[in-house]
Amino acid sequence: MSALLQIKELQTSFFTSDGEVRAVDGVTFDIEEGKTMGLVGESGCGKSVTALSVMQLLSKGVGEVVGGEVLYRGKNLAEFSEAEMRDIRGNEISMIFQEPMTSLNPVFSIGDQIAESVRLHQGASKKEARARAIEMLELVKIAEPQKRINDFPHQLSGGMRQRVMIAMALSCNPSLLMADEPTTALDVTIQAQILELIKELQEQLGMSVLLITHDLGVVAEQADEVAVMYAGKIVERAKPEIIFARPAHPYTIGLMNSVPGVIDKSAKRLEAIPGIVPSPLDWPSGCRFRDRCSQAEEKCGGSQPDLIEIEPGHWVSCLKVPVSAAA
Amino acid sequence: MALLEIKNLVKHFPISGGFFGRKTGDVKAVDGVSLTVENGETLGLVGESGCGKSTLGRCLLRLIEPTSGDIIFENKNITEMNFDAMREMRRKMQIIFQDPYASLNPRMRVGEIIGEGLQIHGIADGAELKDRVMALLAKVGLREEQYGRYPHEFSGGQRQRIGVARALALNAKFIVADEAVSALDVSIQAQILNLLQDLQEEYDLTYFFISHDLRVVEHVSDRVAVMYLGKIVEIAPADQIYTDGQHPYTRALLSAAPVPDPTRKAERIVLQGDVPSPINPPSGCSFHPRCPFAQKICSEEEPPLVLDGNHGAACHVFGPGATVKPN
Repeated sequence: MSALLQIKELQTSFFTSDGEVRAVDGVTFDIEEGKTMGLVGESGCGKSVTALSVMQLLSKGVGEVVGGEVLYRGKNLAEFSEAEMRDIRGNEISMIFQEPMTSLNPVFSIGDQIAESVRLHQGASKKEARARAIEMLELVKIAEPQKRINDFPHQLSGGMRQRVMIAMALSCNPSLLMADEPTTALDVTIQAQILELIKELQEQLGMSVLLITHDLGVVAEQADEVAVMYAGKIVERAKPEIIFARPAHPYTIGLMNSVPGVIDKSAKRLEAIPGIVPSPLDWPSGCRFRDRCSQAEEKCGGSQPDLIEIEPGHWVSCLKVPVSAAA
Repeated sequence: MALLEIKNLVKHFPISGGFFGRKTGDVKAVDGVSLTVENGETLGLVGESGCGKSTLGRCLLRLIEPTSGDIIFENKNITEMNFDAMREMRRKMQIIFQDPYASLNPRMRVGEIIGEGLQIHGIADGAELKDRVMALLAKVGLREEQYGRYPHEFSGGQRQRIGVARALALNAKFIVADEAVSALDVSIQAQILNLLQDLQEEYDLTYFFISHDLRVVEHVSDRVAVMYLGKIVEIAPADQIYTDGQHPYTRALLSAAPVPDPTRKAERIVLQGDVPSPINPPSGCSFHPRCPFAQKICSEEEPPLVLDGNHGAACHVFGPGATVKPN
């Protein structure tokens, strides 16, 4: 298995009137061909910005990749020009967003919107693009695609809109789909439909998926590997079987304790993490979780802990976690 | 003793349109709900968006005027009360809203927000008022010096604490928590859930806990009611509904929630299609078009909610009211 996307020490900052916001601050992970990487974390931890940095979709002059590499099939996307990036977007890497209503254009029919990406990225004729749009709607299991193609976004339900988004994202056969909270705005029964659809399409088309979510349940079921982000950094990374069985970083443990029924189902009280996430304008020195961590010691305030492999395939950045002999 | 009893509560929102804005139909948001809430318990209400759970919660306090039906609180029928009597009653009945950003007046200081009820009801004034508000701030885990701050200076979790303090100010007995933790990150969510539990123990509060998050509802509730298209389809003690759900909708809903345990591959019932419109709900059992077990009778007759002890279900095929065998 080779890595399709390698993110190395990615750093992305926003330059605001209050100063530099280091939203992503040294993130490293790989996504293998055909696999799903689950990126979990709470609001503001930098998970969406990581995806936007890969796509270079940050607004110019405000957000910028200031360090690190984004290697897609060995080529560094961070150095690509806008024109080169345009060939990558849609054709190679596609993205779907959380809110399917605001990411679809309300004044164009869904058929036109799917056809647009096929025409732009693959230079298809109008007729070919329309045929492709119908084919895509069929693929995402929208009933009567010939009729539905003329519908406008407001005529569709939330779940259907997300299907349209997926159809649009996959219309040019990308190798990597980045899904940013694709089911967060949906009801659970619809979420189950969409997650199953993504899984099926992934098997059918052999693409890789970067799944960004705050829901531990979703990553446990969908991901081949999980990375937990906190305050702009990855604090723990492992396969779901490992990370759910033996979470090592105090933040990961805290996160799992915060959700009823993950660690101890019978517990009448949740073990909440005290305090709130620190401000990205002024990350604390040393380990960024230290102010909220019950195990923090003086040494945690020193330098930032590196991601260390504590057992095969299980990476943790915490000074307090012992490294097993196997690693 | 039942603190609150609802009998055949109905809320239809009229739809007007056409010539002279005549009434053209009804949105049947709550369509014949009967429930009792015992003193000191937490009754969880789950359902997907648009099922009428928030409308039901607001009808209980008459924030939305019910179309018909009775609400009996402490042996008094509050649906017949006039404005002044109802205002007195609301001291004991409070609500916490979902969005901590929209439910606090941005131009009022936190102390004013929390103390407003005390003032209106003429319970406290001047220095006494301030003392009571300070005590409430401490109770919900905020600091006294935050008395004079404005809502925008607080994080989402802190704002929800302000909402809780406001609900507690008048020594409420019964609190409707309408998606009170849904907008919060999981680590903050756990803090608020713990706070609600502590306060319940201390003041013997009764909660009507509305949420779409099944794990949270299971964690906090003594009993759980499942709502679909304006009707209660099943009600049971929390542990029973999760292990021994009878109604096919209950089972589908529970199986749809992703399990944060990668070793357990859940048997998932993926429902087809979306929730039908509450303007023209399907005949008979309103779930029958999506139900994998639907039979002839399901489209013809509406199943009543039949109770067996404290477990009730409204289904022709399963549960205590079953009249036909599953095929």
